[in-house]
Amino acid sequence: MEFENEMKLEFISKSANEAFARISVAAFASQLDPTIEELADIKTAVSEAVTNCIIHGYDKRQGIVKIFARLKENEIILEISDKGKGIENIDMAKEPLYTTKPNLERSGMGFTIMESFMDKVDVESVVGLGTKVTMSKKIKNKIENDDDEEEFSMITNE
Amino acid sequence: METVFYERDKLLVFRITEEIDDYSVQKIRRKADYEIERYMPKRVVFDFDSVTFMDSAGIGLIIGRYKFVKMLGGNLELTNLTSSIKRIFEMSGILKLIPVTDSITK
Repeated sequence: MEFENEMKLEFISKSANEAFARISVAAFASQLDPTIEELADIKTAVSEAVTNCIIHGYDKRQGIVKIFARLKENEIILEISDKGKGIENIDMAKEPLYTTKPNLERSGMGFTIMESFMDKVDVESVVGLGTKVTMSKKIKNKIENDDDEEEFSMITNE
Repeated sequence: METVFYERDKLLVFRITEEIDDYSVQKIRRKADYEIERYMPKRVVFDFDSVTFMDSAGIGLIIGRYKFVKMLGGNLELTNLTSSIKRIFEMSGILKLIPVTDSITK
């Protein structure tokens, strides 16, 4: 049986909402029975993506941050987007330690952390229009107890 | 965040009790800098025992305090790092610079 679920979240670009965002996504993701570590990874990645929307996308202006989360089989797929200023050079933005705001003690590790904590991270951005980060992670311990599902997972994972 | 200063050793301990993200870090930074300037410690320890969440904002926080404490002639250490916090610090490379101690009062 294929498990599917979806949820959307929208909030104002205030950094006070970062905790709300990652806790909400974690609560939703818990339907896949992740380990505490997997859940912590998801929370951290969400926190990084949402911080980017607020600090870089909207800078000091106010805007809306959107999260679209999907659960599909044993995978969580997240789209986190803003309609902010966009990223001029995505490859450079993804470089570890690269930051446009060193004076604010930004470490430049946001994308590196997202990439290391999630299975896949994809960034689409248009200057002046906004940025969308799509990232996904497979939850590994979901299909343990049920024999039918175990067979199914063996097929899908080859 | 709780602050304890040990006069005899000029040791200042920050026990962080909140989740560390871009929002909370602003308050932690202000408080830490205020206390560091006030006590001029020889040794500063950040205790992560009660930290249940940290993202990359924690890296900036520690690098910033490290520079500040060094500038004032002191040393900075970290203690009680959970595995996920350690992983984030390791990614940034700052653990090559900043020691992690087992106990605050050695």
